[in-house]
Amino acid sequence: MGLEYGFMRNAFVAILIITPLFGMLGTMIVSRKMAFFSDALGHSALTGIAFGVILGVADTNITMVVFGIAFALLLNYISSKSGTSTDTIISVFSSCSVAIGLAILSKGGNFSKYSSLLVGDILSISKWEIVSLFVIFVVAYVFFFCCFNYLHAASIHRTLAKSRQIPVRLVENLFAVLIAVIVMLSIKWVGILIINALLILPAAASRNLSANMREYHFFSILFSLFSGILGLFVSYYTNVATGPMIVIFASILYFATYLYTRKYQG
Amino acid sequence: MKKIIQPCGLHCIKVNHLGVRFGEQVILEDINLHIHCGSLNAIIGKNGAGKSTLIKAILNDIPHEGDIEFKDRENGRIQKLKIGYVPQSINIEKNTPVSVYDLIASYQFRFPVFLKKSKKIEEKIKQALEVFEAEDLIDKQVCNLSGGQLQRVLLAMAVMDEPNLLLLDEPVSGVDQNGMELFYRNMQYLKENFDLSIILISHDLDYVAKYADKVILLDKSILREGTPKEVFQSEEFKQIFGAEELPDYVRREKKDRSSQIASKLEGGSLWD
Repeated sequence: MGLEYGFMRNAFVAILIITPLFGMLGTMIVSRKMAFFSDALGHSALTGIAFGVILGVADTNITMVVFGIAFALLLNYISSKSGTSTDTIISVFSSCSVAIGLAILSKGGNFSKYSSLLVGDILSISKWEIVSLFVIFVVAYVFFFCCFNYLHAASIHRTLAKSRQIPVRLVENLFAVLIAVIVMLSIKWVGILIINALLILPAAASRNLSANMREYHFFSILFSLFSGILGLFVSYYTNVATGPMIVIFASILYFATYLYTRKYQG
Repeated sequence: MKKIIQPCGLHCIKVNHLGVRFGEQVILEDINLHIHCGSLNAIIGKNGAGKSTLIKAILNDIPHEGDIEFKDRENGRIQKLKIGYVPQSINIEKNTPVSVYDLIASYQFRFPVFLKKSKKIEEKIKQALEVFEAEDLIDKQVCNLSGGQLQRVLLAMAVMDEPNLLLLDEPVSGVDQNGMELFYRNMQYLKENFDLSIILISHDLDYVAKYADKVILLDKSILREGTPKEVFQSEEFKQIFGAEELPDYVRREKKDRSSQIASKLEGGSLWD
């Protein structure tokens, strides 16, 4: 199975951490209709790295995470203030930030150095990076344990949630920060182009089958884990990049559940 | 929720000089209301009169001038006002995996709904639903409920933590005639058996006439308030709605007329 190699073992453990996290996060992103938001965040990783390069920071991960958090909070703030549709606003800010990032990174014709970010490479993950993923995994689950109902209530009806003394703005911002941190920390392994697919597909597939929140989360995490593990091993044997392989399996699951629903539930 | 309390008649809610403006535009101006507990207060007015804005201001959801106090009439003590709110609609699309249990538990309890179902919470939610004969709906998907069913679920949730004031934002849209009758009977039941007052935005003047204790005619400010009869016979009412649209009980017409008005009102064509 390839697990005799250290890099495969590391990748396997990383998958076991990342995919349940993405499955869990994805359900809330889909429920809150934030798919475009998380996509924009993924793209803004380039800008974060670019700022790191300009500032001469040794570890561009830090500037990436900081920029991601700032970007997420900015998007939240502007969407809440402006009357224009959220989609348009996110699109404007996302394109602007990507353009700035690309402009800086491509200066002097050096962009190829960063092109691995687009697809990601989970096989290169190190032990320490796994530990950092595990920490964020624990933080995310603690957050969900404390604030899930608040977030869910706010997504169903904001005013109603506020009338129940739910700190709507606070939990929404915390959630945006959480998405930002998770996306930024995993983007190197998953890749800018497909990270959003991994967030959205398992939740979307699960939505096809589920009737309540428990089923919704159970299937989403299960689908995410299943396509992650299968994708890793199939990519090992076929010598294809892991991220895209995982997304292909997740897509197959989505279409299968979609057809199943069409057939049995009309 | 379990113990049913008779309204004591000693509390009152006062809205003082409430005003709302968006930039230069004045939406509401100098609204003063005195709401007695155990009363059903209906707000009527044309589209754009500021009815929904008034509800949002009372909920403190939008910036506003003025204040709202909740007083004990015996010794004038000011208490914290608990508001139950029933929105017009909620953001639940087709195929959303949210059951009635999930919906209510999310607002009412902290234990995360994506984990296992708690027997204790389920029991409490069932009890709340029983008040409106909706206990069988607990495992139904919210997106598959009819308008009337959803409304009963939202009502059950709104009265779960014993509010002093119940706010309803145009709750009768999307509900048929039988559902409307049931809804107003539920209102009647609530105000008689719970210690709360109700403020209700309504489009159906016939039901307002039949059930409301007080009617508030709104157009930017309060044009007229009083018993249904007083308001419906007032000059201000005629100016806003025209003499044609007097509700049934004033004109003593036949029942079919009332459904005619209701259907006109549903389509919103009446006020255009």
